[in-house]
Amino acid sequence: MTRTTILAAAAAFLGLAGAATAGEITVYTALEADILPVYKKSFEEKHPGTTIRWVRDSTGIITAKLLAEKNNPQADVVLGTAATSLLLLDAEGMLQPYAPEGVKKIEARFLDKNTPPAWVGTNAWAAALCVNTAEMEKRKLPIPASWADLTKPEYKGLIVMPNPASSGTGFLDVSSWLQIFGEEKGWAYMDALDKNVATYTHSGSKPCSLAASGEYPIGISFEFRAARLINQGAPLVAVIPAEGIGWDMEASAIIKGTDNEADAKKLMDWAVSDEAMKIYAKNYAILGNAAFEEPIKNLPANLKTKLIDNKFDWAAANRAAILQEWQRRYDAKSEPKKG
Amino acid sequence: MARLRAPSMADLALGAPSAPLIRPKAGRDDRLMLAFVLMIGAYLVVSLALPLGFMLWKSAEVRAFAYGVVELQVDVGQGFLSLGTLEEAAPRLGLADPVDQARRSASLTAAQLFPDARFGERPLSAVRMRLSGGASDGVLELGGKAAASGEWVEAGPRDLRRLVLRAGTIRSLGNYIAYFSNPALTNSIVNSLVVSLSTTLITVLAAFGFAYALQRTCMPLKGLFRTIAMVPILVPSLLAGLSLVYLFGNQGLLKGLMMGSSIYGAPGIVAGCVFFTFPHAFLIIATALAISDARLFEAARALRTSPTRTFFNVTLPGARYGVISAAFVVFTLTITEFGVPKVVGGDYNVLAVDIYKQVVGQQNFAMGAVVSVILLVPAVIAFVVDRLVTARQVALLTARAVPYAPSRNRALDASAFLFCCVVAGLLLLVLGVAQYASLVKFWPYNLTLSFAHFAFEGVDGGGWESYFNSLRMAFYVAVIGTAVVFVGAYLVEKGRGFAAARAGLHFLAMMPMAIPGLVLGLAYIFFFNDRANPLNVVYGTMAILVISSITHFYTVSHLTALTALKAMDKEFEAVAASLKQPVTRVFTRVTLPVCLPTALDIAAYYFVNAMTTVSAVVFLYAPSTTLAAVAALNMDDAGQIQGAAAMCMLIFYTNLGARMVHALLSRGLARTQAWRIR
Repeated sequence: MTRTTILAAAAAFLGLAGAATAGEITVYTALEADILPVYKKSFEEKHPGTTIRWVRDSTGIITAKLLAEKNNPQADVVLGTAATSLLLLDAEGMLQPYAPEGVKKIEARFLDKNTPPAWVGTNAWAAALCVNTAEMEKRKLPIPASWADLTKPEYKGLIVMPNPASSGTGFLDVSSWLQIFGEEKGWAYMDALDKNVATYTHSGSKPCSLAASGEYPIGISFEFRAARLINQGAPLVAVIPAEGIGWDMEASAIIKGTDNEADAKKLMDWAVSDEAMKIYAKNYAILGNAAFEEPIKNLPANLKTKLIDNKFDWAAANRAAILQEWQRRYDAKSEPKKG
Repeated sequence: MARLRAPSMADLALGAPSAPLIRPKAGRDDRLMLAFVLMIGAYLVVSLALPLGFMLWKSAEVRAFAYGVVELQVDVGQGFLSLGTLEEAAPRLGLADPVDQARRSASLTAAQLFPDARFGERPLSAVRMRLSGGASDGVLELGGKAAASGEWVEAGPRDLRRLVLRAGTIRSLGNYIAYFSNPALTNSIVNSLVVSLSTTLITVLAAFGFAYALQRTCMPLKGLFRTIAMVPILVPSLLAGLSLVYLFGNQGLLKGLMMGSSIYGAPGIVAGCVFFTFPHAFLIIATALAISDARLFEAARALRTSPTRTFFNVTLPGARYGVISAAFVVFTLTITEFGVPKVVGGDYNVLAVDIYKQVVGQQNFAMGAVVSVILLVPAVIAFVVDRLVTARQVALLTARAVPYAPSRNRALDASAFLFCCVVAGLLLLVLGVAQYASLVKFWPYNLTLSFAHFAFEGVDGGGWESYFNSLRMAFYVAVIGTAVVFVGAYLVEKGRGFAAARAGLHFLAMMPMAIPGLVLGLAYIFFFNDRANPLNVVYGTMAILVISSITHFYTVSHLTALTALKAMDKEFEAVAASLKQPVTRVFTRVTLPVCLPTALDIAAYYFVNAMTTVSAVVFLYAPSTTLAAVAALNMDDAGQIQGAAAMCMLIFYTNLGARMVHALLSRGLARTQAWRIR
């Protein structure tokens, strides 16, 4: 008996090994944890006999996990993860192209350009500022209304933003500033902003949570988290900066080599279906199928008009270079500089 | 617990047994023991040495396009025209350097080479490529189907996006060069040293004072203080970070004490690390102070030496090896610590967090491996020096030493009591604040109490399921780990012959102490996630978490078991052999019952650490095996900080319960150990 079989037998004996069960699909997702049960319920009601096993983490981690497991994929589907990440996975040849049933109803800008598409976007999320009204009142400061406002000296040390190297939201911000202001002015803007930023967080929701608890009153985050925290009673207001905001899609794809392709396809079909759109509409202002869009409580109505024309291919292709430059400029200043 | 660290003094003394005059023939017992030595040795090789070696190998690997082995031909309507290799065509096609190009994207499509499907002025009618390299040079695909080496692959103008060359790998020190030319990363080396040295200084001073008060004064409530000093061992280290934010953060309860400066950064890291390293330093120093020779103090008194002089000339030198050992342990723990700087480090980058950022945040495994190698250097140096120093202490105590018993001294007792109150108060404050924060509805705007955060609904990390997974894992680790460690230590100590194999096993058992958890975890990804590895089956299962935890905490357990076994006479085995009893019978009938309390200590140590560890498992957990301490980390990451505090407290109460069970069982066992008392 080889060591492997001994180990495997031992693992089986102890019930340690997590064998894949029939009718179960492992779904990697960067969707927010609080909406997963709703998605699961809707899908499993439509397809009794198929259950979803979630692996939820932030965009960076999910992408890293998938890349790490490239030669030995554990996931069947990656659901609701930034399109820029899926482009990366596609570059590694890890996605199985599939045109879900009903994909025709999805706007073209939400789809991979190949046919059949390697990935499909279902809804979008966008940058937003989370501003703590109680703390701003205490400090007698106006609520910032634009990206430019954030560089004003009175906000020094009050702003938190996600580190673009680890957070999808952070990268979205940086790539959108470079697109809005142009390369040179974009970096000049970030130089000025950096002077006011108290700290760069690992995840994209944390700045909003920190704003909600008043730890740092202004968080550069995204609209979904802002609306959620306001509903939970946080003294926050969601601000859409006047210059326009970066956005990305919640995109989904089948992982090449899945041993449960039939169920994976069912989930992809569900993701673009009308009932799914109705669920997305409760949390997201912008959908792949615009017919189902409705206004979101506690979010500014002008959200959709402020979306920039985001060049995903450009962002994905230049990601490494942008991050390298960002780290050169801001990560090196790691002394306990800001009081 | 005191027993867990104490043995480090004697273990290096292991060598070949005194050469027997008559060499007995290897019998069945010896062959059995050798088989077990080899088995446990193989376990440690597979779970430690091989993954580390594999990681080292991978750290010198870089993604690159093998331009040289890719041939390119284009057809602009008059048949195919060779452009030579991509290397030759690169300047003309505007390709970047092979490594830079691969860093931008791991794939290169023909569409990128020929934008708008044109070659110069003319439209393309087809492109042909062939790759004549090996597996490490990459893959050439058309529409997702890989081409065989040397096969021409052809794509028309509309299929240019489907003709894809994927990057391969080359061996290069490029990762190391990139590391050292990036000040953002190299700064962390200095930062790590600064916080580790500061923490070491503060912790050792505080722990010395605390241990001195407990061992050398007659102050009251010693038992209580000893218990409180152990609190940090029972919680994940990141709890200290969370509490510091609630205490001294911008909305902190004691923010005023910070006088405008920020807790985020070095101050927070040092404060948090002092908290969680305190019990480790305390245990070592307390042990060192406990074994001082009373005759020296008598002599000092007889010579009318002043108390101060006695302290510096008798007390300190007597405990110096303990202090040095404590300093190295604290230094190693801090420089490899990940939870505290992750939570409260702000922008103050340290090596351990860099590994996490590289691997988890940036998907840069190779760079994570490079930082791991860098982090290994100070950790291994500290470990080796500590081993060398502690090995010398053996000679210090003579058989005639008289244990020191403190006498009453009002002023000293009172100030010692006061000092211990302050230290214990601070330890409890950190714990209490986390408890408070986990019970408050919405910090800091709604301070009504509720258990809402203990429901873990709609939060990251897996909630209650991860808690039960942790319980399960800790149980497996405690049971399997104790068995493996105990048998291993028995063979090292009581085995006959095959000295080289036993010394090798001992060396392997000592290694985990020097390996930071994150480094071990990353090495496991490289090693176990490789499809070519037959052990791949354990990846993503509970088994890999159990294996990594057993290995990560192996050394201390091994040393504990060795100490207990050393106390038993080798005659037992000799007598058994002369009575023709198999060694297995001695082991189960004599050794094991006698050492049961130690086995219990090891199991408790394993359980508690498996509950609190983050670093060894954070890269390895899978959907069905999320863990409580990792969940706390992920909740903090997502900004669900109160949920994180709640999970940490849950772990604390669980460990407290485990500790109580351990105490009860030990008491129960005390009766079976009655023969020890004469």
